[in-house]
Amino acid sequence: MRLFSREMACQELVELVTAYFDGSLSRRDRRRFDAHIRGCEHCTAYLEQMRLLIAATGRLTEEDIPTDARDELLAAFRGWSQERPV
Amino acid sequence: MLRVAQMYVRDRATAEEVVQETWLAVLNGIDRFEERSTLKTWLFRILTNRAKTRGQRDGRMVPFSALAGASDEPDPSVDPDRFFGPDSPHPGAWAAPPVGWPEEKLLESETLGVIEMAIDELPEAQRDVILLRDIDGWTPMEVSDALGITDGNQRVLLHRARSRVRAALERYLNPEIAAGTP
Repeated sequence: MRLFSREMACQELVELVTAYFDGSLSRRDRRRFDAHIRGCEHCTAYLEQMRLLIAATGRLTEEDIPTDARDELLAAFRGWSQERPV
Repeated sequence: MLRVAQMYVRDRATAEEVVQETWLAVLNGIDRFEERSTLKTWLFRILTNRAKTRGQRDGRMVPFSALAGASDEPDPSVDPDRFFGPDSPHPGAWAAPPVGWPEEKLLESETLGVIEMAIDELPEAQRDVILLRDIDGWTPMEVSDALGITDGNQRVLLHRARSRVRAALERYLNPEIAAGTP
């Protein structure tokens, strides 16, 4: 029912991108979001920027735990779990 | 784990101790682990409980939920000047729209450096959530469980974090557009 669904403005859409990616938009908002994206190349570009950003962020690694410390811990854990009866 | 522990305790050394204690507790209690939750969730429940106890004892108790709640003031994802105002024929539509980014540009180490720096400069709670979600690849539920915040709250924090990092990246890749004067 289009009558009840106010059209989404670009400025509103940019606030809903994360909920959109997480699949947590209400059905109604999801419909409005999809409808807007279909007709708006700028918001399509914005969404694509976010996708690229998330992918790029995923390439960063955490340096909190140095690699050899982590490997040591994993090795210890493996040795430990083998010694234990299941 | 270290980072989550540091949200509750005073210094890094204490956080390291808490992480060690947690591993011991996990190893000794693995028999009691029932697969109702993921191992990760269980691990972090033990970690946050221990860190909280330790934090209370040491007199530093800043619950993460308090940090997270401090972000209630409006924080637009994109500078409002980039959109047409309410008196225009198309209120809320892009006035200075974003442009496509070449994928290979996002792979350059300099670009990754810009992202890293932008993450570094985020408010603490936002930084924690974006690290867990986008770098460590945790699910929304794992994040809200480990940090003791609601699902909606972790999403707001993640959204603000990503939006700020995107804006920083745009300032780097498209400085004229980011300034709102294409």
